[in-house]
Amino acid sequence: MSLLTAEDLAINFGGISALAGVSFAVEPGQVLTIIGPNGAGKTTIFNLLSRIYEPTRGRLVFCGEDVTSVPAHEIARRGIARTFQNIELFQHASVLQNLLLGRHAHKRSRFFEELLFLPRVRALELQHREAVETVIDFLDLQPYRDSLIVNLPYGVRKVVEMARALCTQPKLLLLDEPSSGLSVEETEDMAFWIQDIRTLLGITVLMVEHDMTLVSAVSDRVVALNYGRVIASGTAREVQAHPDVVKAYLGGDA
Amino acid sequence: MRFLFKTSYAQELGLFRDNVQRNWYVALFAALLVLPRVVPDYVGDISLVFIYGLCGLSLMVLAGYTGLVSLGHAAFLGVGAYAHVYFVHDLGLPWIVSAALACVLTAAAGVLVGLPALRMTGVYLTIATLAFALIIQEVFSRWDRVTGGLKGKPVDKPVLFGVSFAHDVAFYFLCLAFLIGALWLTANLLKAPTGRAWVAIRDSEIAAQSMGVNLALYKTMAFAYSAALMGLAGALFAHKIGFLAPDIFSVLLSIQLLLMVVVGGLGSLHGAVYGAVFVAILPVLISQARDSVPAWQGLDRFVKQPGLEPGLFGLILVLFILFEPLGIYGRWLKIKIYFSLFPLYKRATFRRQKTYMRSERLR
Repeated sequence: MSLLTAEDLAINFGGISALAGVSFAVEPGQVLTIIGPNGAGKTTIFNLLSRIYEPTRGRLVFCGEDVTSVPAHEIARRGIARTFQNIELFQHASVLQNLLLGRHAHKRSRFFEELLFLPRVRALELQHREAVETVIDFLDLQPYRDSLIVNLPYGVRKVVEMARALCTQPKLLLLDEPSSGLSVEETEDMAFWIQDIRTLLGITVLMVEHDMTLVSAVSDRVVALNYGRVIASGTAREVQAHPDVVKAYLGGDA
Repeated sequence: MRFLFKTSYAQELGLFRDNVQRNWYVALFAALLVLPRVVPDYVGDISLVFIYGLCGLSLMVLAGYTGLVSLGHAAFLGVGAYAHVYFVHDLGLPWIVSAALACVLTAAAGVLVGLPALRMTGVYLTIATLAFALIIQEVFSRWDRVTGGLKGKPVDKPVLFGVSFAHDVAFYFLCLAFLIGALWLTANLLKAPTGRAWVAIRDSEIAAQSMGVNLALYKTMAFAYSAALMGLAGALFAHKIGFLAPDIFSVLLSIQLLLMVVVGGLGSLHGAVYGAVFVAILPVLISQARDSVPAWQGLDRFVKQPGLEPGLFGLILVLFILFEPLGIYGRWLKIKIYFSLFPLYKRATFRRQKTYMRSERLR
């Protein structure tokens, strides 16, 4: 059974149809990449998945359950975590605080317990802290634990954002352009990490990406979008050679 | 230079950073215990600082940590004050019960304001709270039976468990105890998931939501908690001023409260207290400055006109936002860093930079 299936997803913004009936399926343990020119609707799919937008038509099924209309904050609890194209970290908090917020979906303490910081809250906090530390170790963020986000370079922020998503212990990780703004070396690291996330942590990855080297290196399957429609799907090699994809990127009458 | 030697996760959960910091706070506490003996003439003023501290704490939770700026907090202070006095005097409830009920009532008022506020952000929310404050002030002056209307309402000295706190020194310790208690509770909340969720909402709603934070719930909680603290402050404030009248809880007071957290430093508990000290001292400074204005071209008469304070408060607010957005607490941090890095301090450490990365943010 597929981990996530999108059935005939469509959304209109006014008269513009950003997605016009997109269907795809993400199999467990897979890295699926969505590619496409600017404005193809890639990020829109992510925003539909994290329930920021309301789809005009279609269904999203995650783990056999329809998640098309669950509240936005419920998505993390179901096991979907995401990063953002333009980094949405908590700027004035430390890396540690950012990552601890990633544990929010696992919050089990109640308001009045926290007010008095009862032993139960303390024990839960220690558990969260330990869970966060494993992610810090996994992504080599040790030197930055107590740094404020505003003081960190862009590349590190990207990793911190991925770490925060991993702290929710998701089943499905959505990465929105993980390599944008990164140097060649940082992109290489990112490729290794995405592979490790899949093979070592067993987390399924759905990502939007433009860097075809990264895409070919880590993706099991690639879906190409243009003007809100799927124009090709298959392995990275197949999709890259597909005439419609070439046309979408380069233009022409083919 | 000192550095932090962390050897266990539990160390991060303490109230204080390390033993040195704890000792400083113990010393401060001891100083506050003997203060009434040292400056007996100012005991009343210092208790007002403590009450302002509670107000600052309340607004700090909302504006400083959750990022929801309110210009209606004087109304919550009023609701707390009037409710408490009504419960104690008219219904004859015990002091503690009455203060607790006042907190619950203001928290409920906070939820009431918070609910429509969920759909508003930024300046629109501020305007909505301002409108709420004006409505509440009108209620204070019209609801004669409970509030005494425009005639006002006298307030007796507090009596807790049969012990009278009529004496200034006793009242000083009462206010101090409540301030420390409130600081402790708030510090606890802020290092727990709830506090983190608030900070997350302040910095990026969209990211908070996608990490599982229920925006509506946590914003409402911030409003309720902030209002409850204000209710407590109101109960003490009523005893402090001894007479309640609707025009006390004006928009000017709301601005003064906001001034407190901005000047103190948004986003820190220290800032709330520094701001309280500042706002309490400010009127004294203003009146002293007035007396020393020369009589040139009738300038002395000009500055002695009533109603100059609001303008001054506004000016100070603007100057702080422009030149020291981190407030007094931020300035204090800079001084500390200057000395701990001496002679290597560089101005660029705190230079504000323009960031261009947030242009395409989701709304």
